[in-house]
Amino acid sequence: MSISVDIRHGFGALSLDVQFEAPNGITALFGRSGVGKTSIVNAVAGVLRPDRGRIILGDHTVLDTEAGVDLPMHQRDVGYVFQDARLFPHMSVEKNLLYGRKVKKLPRDPDLMSQVVEMLEIGALLARRPGALSGGEKQRVGLGRALLSGPRVLLLDEPLAALDDARKAEILPFLERLRDEAQMPILYVSHSIAEVARLASTVVLLDQGHVALVGPTEQVLSDPAVVPLIGVRHAGAIVMARVTAHEEDGLSRLETGGGALWLPQVKAEIGSALRVRIRAQDVILSLKAPEEMSALNSLRGEVVTLREGDGPGVIVQLRCGDERVLARITRRSARVMKLQVGMKVFAIIKSVSVAHSDVGA
Amino acid sequence: MSGLADILGPVGLSALGLSLKVAFWATVLAMPLALYVAHVLARREFWGKQVLNGLVHLPLILPPVVTGYLLLMTFGRRAPVGAWLEESFGLVLAFRWTGAALAAAIMAFPLMVRAMRLAIEAVDHKLEQAAGTLGASDWSVFMTVTLPLILPGVISGAVMGFAKAMGEFGATITFVSNIPGQTQTLPSAIYAFMQVPGGERQALALVCVSIGVAMGALVVSEILARRVADRIRGA
Repeated sequence: MSISVDIRHGFGALSLDVQFEAPNGITALFGRSGVGKTSIVNAVAGVLRPDRGRIILGDHTVLDTEAGVDLPMHQRDVGYVFQDARLFPHMSVEKNLLYGRKVKKLPRDPDLMSQVVEMLEIGALLARRPGALSGGEKQRVGLGRALLSGPRVLLLDEPLAALDDARKAEILPFLERLRDEAQMPILYVSHSIAEVARLASTVVLLDQGHVALVGPTEQVLSDPAVVPLIGVRHAGAIVMARVTAHEEDGLSRLETGGGALWLPQVKAEIGSALRVRIRAQDVILSLKAPEEMSALNSLRGEVVTLREGDGPGVIVQLRCGDERVLARITRRSARVMKLQVGMKVFAIIKSVSVAHSDVGA
Repeated sequence: MSGLADILGPVGLSALGLSLKVAFWATVLAMPLALYVAHVLARREFWGKQVLNGLVHLPLILPPVVTGYLLLMTFGRRAPVGAWLEESFGLVLAFRWTGAALAAAIMAFPLMVRAMRLAIEAVDHKLEQAAGTLGASDWSVFMTVTLPLILPGVISGAVMGFAKAMGEFGATITFVSNIPGQTQTLPSAIYAFMQVPGGERQALALVCVSIGVAMGALVVSEILARRVADRIRGA
């Protein structure tokens, strides 16, 4: 099952011209605000009618302007989760959850209902009205409402953007479970690279109404060419790691393709696989194995590319085993170190520079 | 109540009864159309929207006697629509209470549309979109989301319309005249009592009834309008 999007649409100032395929799992539509991310999702949902194009959900063509196909939104079977939840204020949480099944005349499915309620931990809220819920609770109910409506695909439009950091941390694990358990493509609109790094398996990077790059998340985020689009301060590669020990002094040991990483205690069992985002600006490069310094982690690697930007910085991509790591250093350092493609270097990473929100399942 | 009946007298009582009947039917008949027009004005963009808006509000601005005159020109027994109605359905409007109901409905219509339109505009259109993505057709969205949220506004509009219909005078007297027991509504009766010597007491009693109805309607509609706001907040 996949979502296939090929649309063109003019908004006056912005013109949208995008083509991509989203497989099962979470596909992030990522880019700065105003690049048309929400418009794409709206086109898939049928809320916006693009000037031209084709949208196919699985084997179901919901839009084909050439063939004159344009299914109204209520026949598209999409589960849309909005940034502002949009729960029906006059209905209880339970009625909200069952709304899609009721209007679509789908049979009741108590098993699915209890599964969703359990997964999202909203059992205690069922009798309440949306007005009495917190932002995080509202989003969970919105997610449940979409899941229970019998969707072919899920559309999540910045579901965390309206929440504070604590609420975000509360929802993220639910989204990870959703990604792993829901057997359907999920489009996830976000302008937060941390969310994308943690959740998405595929990234569609958008720039001014066009697709700049599509690919697996690790590949896209470790590509030096995307750094200007993401912003140098946010750029960083994802490293796949496995938890091997929780140590007594509050650190966890993780094994990566490039060597061991010690991070502040991670909330995961030994043996579990994690995705760790290492920000480029938190990485120090050294020609020699570091000694007598406070940073705990040094991954041995080889320089793959050096990319100079307009500013004083250079983005260096390293290959550490089978992992890619990005480092942002100054041109001066690169010159003094005589960095060249193929050179062996050490990437030094402070344990405490990796935040909890940078580590996910 | 018997005290009121004594003061009003048979003529006043029959006028009050007739006004209640006229206002009831005017409200019941105008409400669905008012709701439809309110929804169209609140939610749709189309060519000629301002013309429709103007037409709806015209009775509010026009001298009522003009509305009554136009009604007579259209629905009089020799007027095109009036003759057709009588021939096809045996329905006569001019100089009958049914005509009074029509006149009252037209005069109350703008007030009803206004209240309902405000209620509809207060509903976040995004909620209706959300319902659509969940699988609800336009009609189903209206019935399950829009209508429940605006119900107090609809009722408030109906209450205002009813009060306006109770008090309609100019168009009514022009279209259906002032025949005691047949087309003499509350305001027409007040007018008639004021024309005869010694009728002031009954006129005053009817005036008090009118003020009571109007105040009651305003209070009820204010309370209901507040309830719309509470409902939309989801408290």
